[in-house]
Amino acid sequence: MKAVIKGNSAVAHGVRLAKAQVIAAYPITPQTSIIEDLAAFVAKGELAATFVKVESEHSALAACIGAASAGARVFTATSAQGLALMHELIHWAAGARLPIVLADVNRAMAPGWSIWTDQNDTLSQRDTGWMQVYCASSQEVLDSVVQAYKVSEKVLLPTMIVLDAFFLSHTHEVVDIPDQGVVDRFLPPLELPLKLDVERPGAFGNLVFPDRYMEFRYKIELAQREALEVWKDVAEEWSQLTGRSYGLVEGYRLEDADTVLLTAGTPASTARVAVDELRREGVPCGVLRLRVFRPFPAPELARLLAGRRRVVVLDRNCSYGHHGIFHQEAKSALYALPERRRPELLGVIAGLGGRDITVGDLVAILRKAAREELPEVSWWNVLQPQEELEAAVASK
Amino acid sequence: MSVELAAYDPKNLHLPEEDWLRSGHLACPGCGAALGMRLALKALGPKTIVVIPACCWAVINGPYPFHALGVPVLQVAFETAAVSAAGIRAALHMQGRDDVAVLAWAGDGGTFDIGFQSLSGAVERNEDIIYVCYDNEAYMNTGIQRSSATPLGAWTTTTPEPNTKPEPKKNMVEILAEHRIPYAATASIAFPEDFVRKLQKARSITGTKFIHLWISCPAGHKSEERLSVHIARLAVETGVFPLYEVEHGTRYTINHEPKFVDVSEYLALQGRFRHLTAEQLDFIRQSIQWEWQRLRAKAAMGEQLPPPPAPPRSGMVV
Repeated sequence: MKAVIKGNSAVAHGVRLAKAQVIAAYPITPQTSIIEDLAAFVAKGELAATFVKVESEHSALAACIGAASAGARVFTATSAQGLALMHELIHWAAGARLPIVLADVNRAMAPGWSIWTDQNDTLSQRDTGWMQVYCASSQEVLDSVVQAYKVSEKVLLPTMIVLDAFFLSHTHEVVDIPDQGVVDRFLPPLELPLKLDVERPGAFGNLVFPDRYMEFRYKIELAQREALEVWKDVAEEWSQLTGRSYGLVEGYRLEDADTVLLTAGTPASTARVAVDELRREGVPCGVLRLRVFRPFPAPELARLLAGRRRVVVLDRNCSYGHHGIFHQEAKSALYALPERRRPELLGVIAGLGGRDITVGDLVAILRKAAREELPEVSWWNVLQPQEELEAAVASK
Repeated sequence: MSVELAAYDPKNLHLPEEDWLRSGHLACPGCGAALGMRLALKALGPKTIVVIPACCWAVINGPYPFHALGVPVLQVAFETAAVSAAGIRAALHMQGRDDVAVLAWAGDGGTFDIGFQSLSGAVERNEDIIYVCYDNEAYMNTGIQRSSATPLGAWTTTTPEPNTKPEPKKNMVEILAEHRIPYAATASIAFPEDFVRKLQKARSITGTKFIHLWISCPAGHKSEERLSVHIARLAVETGVFPLYEVEHGTRYTINHEPKFVDVSEYLALQGRFRHLTAEQLDFIRQSIQWEWQRLRAKAAMGEQLPPPPAPPRSGMVV
């Protein structure tokens, strides 16, 4: 059934179709309407789930960990400060190998208070063992939520589905909502190999001495590597059922592009329009969108970017004291290429705290790059400290 | 000693026979937490899932791949015992397993301090769990640091003399009674039948149940291992730790009328109180009297009040 819904509603429909049994969540802008929709589904009897309305995000994930340990399919959603508050348990969920699915609506971290989008909240959770999927449309959001359960339950690692605040979470788009029967064929009920069970009384999470701890962590790494293939298989299976296919990365007009803009989330959609415009002027450029960020598809990136003249990485995030996080990650992937096949790599930080990244911005960035005028690392369209001070004084 | 060790013969105890705490656990000699768990599982039996946050029991249960209990155990983050148990309960409910009890088993730090928010939230939502706080009155697992359950005047490594703890202990049962929790009680390892009865009663009640279990800790209290049960009994018989139950925050039942042995007898057996000043001792004596007056007044008020109105049956769709 086709419907015009928000990105947040697409998350909720995905969770409903996946038949999550326990939901535990706490409100935070701009995530809140996800859990409002889920509360409504439960109240109307459209989703048979227990919704634990906890007193904090920390408790939301703790409840999910308890419920998943007992074998239930679970869901939670959050943003920014809420995800940061969960951080201890983000590590815990992966360490406990629980197939939890969490939707994070990317929101900038305070201070100053911002409810608008950037990626530093989720990228700060990069090294926790979670899988991360950055979406660019509401359809992809719904499809990725359902896929995430399948992948998570296969490799026993949690997944974070990531969508940009407002640009995706609150924008209405046409979404094909699959029939329950289609999803049921794709996603069977959860049967965990090990769970809390009074008939098989095991202990989970015990003290582990140095002689064994590393082995548990190594298994997380092996599961991440396996997941790279599982995401491809699951996407293929989903494509057979729905006709919609998603790769680990998604290319646009890459065929003869000598300049490639690499980014994640909705700026990748904006970039398509910019690329079309530049191509009309004869600039051979394209877009590569990073969709699955953990596990990291380094081989795909290297294969698709090898031999290009330059790659411009657009980061809506920053690792302060270094540079954009996708920039660093791309660098690590391209280092595997022989030097003559390795493109020049340029990083642009833009759009923090929800500042708009327009077609005009991206055209200007790519044009500058084509003219060899773009520095290796730059902050796009940012006032210098003195200019900012003067502007603040002037506005008072 | 005015409370004789010989007066209490363990052979006269009437307790469930079967044990679910196995040999090989890692508790210290004389540990009240090990005895408490043994009694708790005698009471609750094998259809129980135990949730253990960071606390002594996170070690006592044994390192991977060992497991000292005959029931499933989930170890969880320090501040999450209550809500983790609530999550398990939600899953069991969806699986049609409401017959399984979920027992959150946390120390005083994990209950009075870092786990308080999650506990308050779970009680407010009336999660169907049993929560036992085994209280040894300090962070003993990390090596004896003060918690908000540490009594006034006690030595710990973060309240060294002369800066022993200036504040009295937080009253957790009263705080939870004000949540209108269906059932809250205190218990002692020295009164095993009373503790077992309270757990069995807790199991029969739907909603959140909280039991505050006073336990001895020879390592942290600086006491003799062989005196653990005796000291726990003195905590009750001196009036320091009253045994009582509260239903729905109003109906109080005092379970044991203490002999009101002078508190110095209890304090003298614990090195943590060696440095008590005369003023501190005086405060402790006065507090016992005042707290008992207050408890009796609450019990009397509860008798006069009609039962609180029962909330309407939930029409919740699940």
